[in-house]
Amino acid sequence: MIDVQDLVVSYGTATALEHITLAVAEGEMVALLGPNGAGKSTLANTLAGLLKPASGTVRIGGRPALIPEGRQLFPDLSVADNLALGGWRSGRRDPSTVYDLLPRLAELAGRKAGVLSGGEQQMVAFGRAMMSEPDALVVDELSLGLAPTVTADLAAHLAGLNRSRGLTVLLIEQNARLAFDLCDRAYVLESGRLVTEGPCSELAGDPRVASAYLGGAIS
Amino acid sequence: MSAFLTYLLNGLAVGCAIALVASGLVVIHRVTGVVNFAQGTFAVVAGLCVSSLLGLGIPHGVSELAAVAVAAFAGLLAGVAAIGRRDTTPLSSLIVTLGVGVLAYAVEIVLWGDQPRSAPGLAGSVTLAGARIQTQHLLVIGVTAATFVLLALFFGRTYLGKALTACASNPYAARVVGIDVRRMGLLAFALGGLLGGLAGVLVTPLRPISFDTDVTLIVNGFAAAVFGALTRPVVTLVGALLLGVAETMAAGYGYGSHQLEVALGLMIVVMIVQASRRSTLSQEVT
Repeated sequence: MIDVQDLVVSYGTATALEHITLAVAEGEMVALLGPNGAGKSTLANTLAGLLKPASGTVRIGGRPALIPEGRQLFPDLSVADNLALGGWRSGRRDPSTVYDLLPRLAELAGRKAGVLSGGEQQMVAFGRAMMSEPDALVVDELSLGLAPTVTADLAAHLAGLNRSRGLTVLLIEQNARLAFDLCDRAYVLESGRLVTEGPCSELAGDPRVASAYLGGAIS
Repeated sequence: MSAFLTYLLNGLAVGCAIALVASGLVVIHRVTGVVNFAQGTFAVVAGLCVSSLLGLGIPHGVSELAAVAVAAFAGLLAGVAAIGRRDTTPLSSLIVTLGVGVLAYAVEIVLWGDQPRSAPGLAGSVTLAGARIQTQHLLVIGVTAATFVLLALFFGRTYLGKALTACASNPYAARVVGIDVRRMGLLAFALGGLLGGLAGVLVTPLRPISFDTDVTLIVNGFAAAVFGALTRPVVTLVGALLLGVAETMAAGYGYGSHQLEVALGLMIVVMIVQASRRSTLSQEVT
């Protein structure tokens, strides 16, 4: 469960998020759409506990984990070490269950994370987040810079975890088609404010959303 | 020939002591991004401590370990001053470490006075291929070799060492997985203090230590650390050995009063070469 009430986050005198209120129920997968500079990553970092709110509250049911924008791996360390450090909070060092989930990572275990392809790095970031045994997962730009087939593969894993383990997911995306495919509900964030929210089926029909995120056409 | 070999072996021992100071600089810089100008202070504190403890009749081994522990604690205190406050920039922290070094002068003068102090080390010497080398010099070489092996094992094989490497590699990602980067920085400062302290207890029997010996130590250590780009311990070790040998050769062949100038000269040459390499690289990228 993720519950955000009247959240304000500032960088010095600049306000990045203004009075954000959103909720993701336990086991639900919800999307947050927004253009560059909307404050999506600020919200992701706040939910992960990396930024302190100026006001408002953030409540997470259980342990949160973040897949940050741009993967943010430890490039000098091996895949196995990246995964092991993902278990820093949970105390779990053995990545075998992550290898069961993402067998490709077992093949890459000894390679340095910095030399992997973008898709492989995103898979490591995904596996690293799962090492903390999260109850709520915030995914910041899953599809950024990845080929559609790689994105689809990772999205399928995410949806599978949401269904099979009841993992709560907030999917922060610019790729509205992906978000609408995966989630039932979505919020739209612009310039630090939530401008609309609702079922994805309705948002896809909203002319403003279609114009801004779906190239003006609704599929 | 035997004179050359003697200077070479003694130079390697001097280089090893420099390497210990420099490795502390590298460990701290890798994890925190801070150039710690108080690094020489840790060696001085340990050297002065060991002279006092041995003077009180505390046995060898215990005295040295206690002095190194004090230096590690001094490193931790310097870390608290330099990075204890959140969001302190590395440049601000560098200035703080300069201040810590100056403050340490006052504390050391109050506690130990301003006269140089020494401590007994391993007595005697051995002859290797016709060259005489003091046993204490061999101890310095042995301890340094063991320390670098242990450092490599610590950073390469242990979970805590990898967490420290992670902080150096990507501090934001380290925070994402829950590592307290500031606490790791403090640990790096304590480790830097320990390495400086080791240098101090090993060097004090070879040359008297006073409150301002840190200048020579930090200049030499910084020259070696710059050789390793402040990030690569093994290259730093090589740089320190080259520096130690160059200084000892200069002293042995009649330029004994210019050892510090040799270190400074080499440091400037290395910095100019590295700066020009970076400039060339950036031109190739753009």
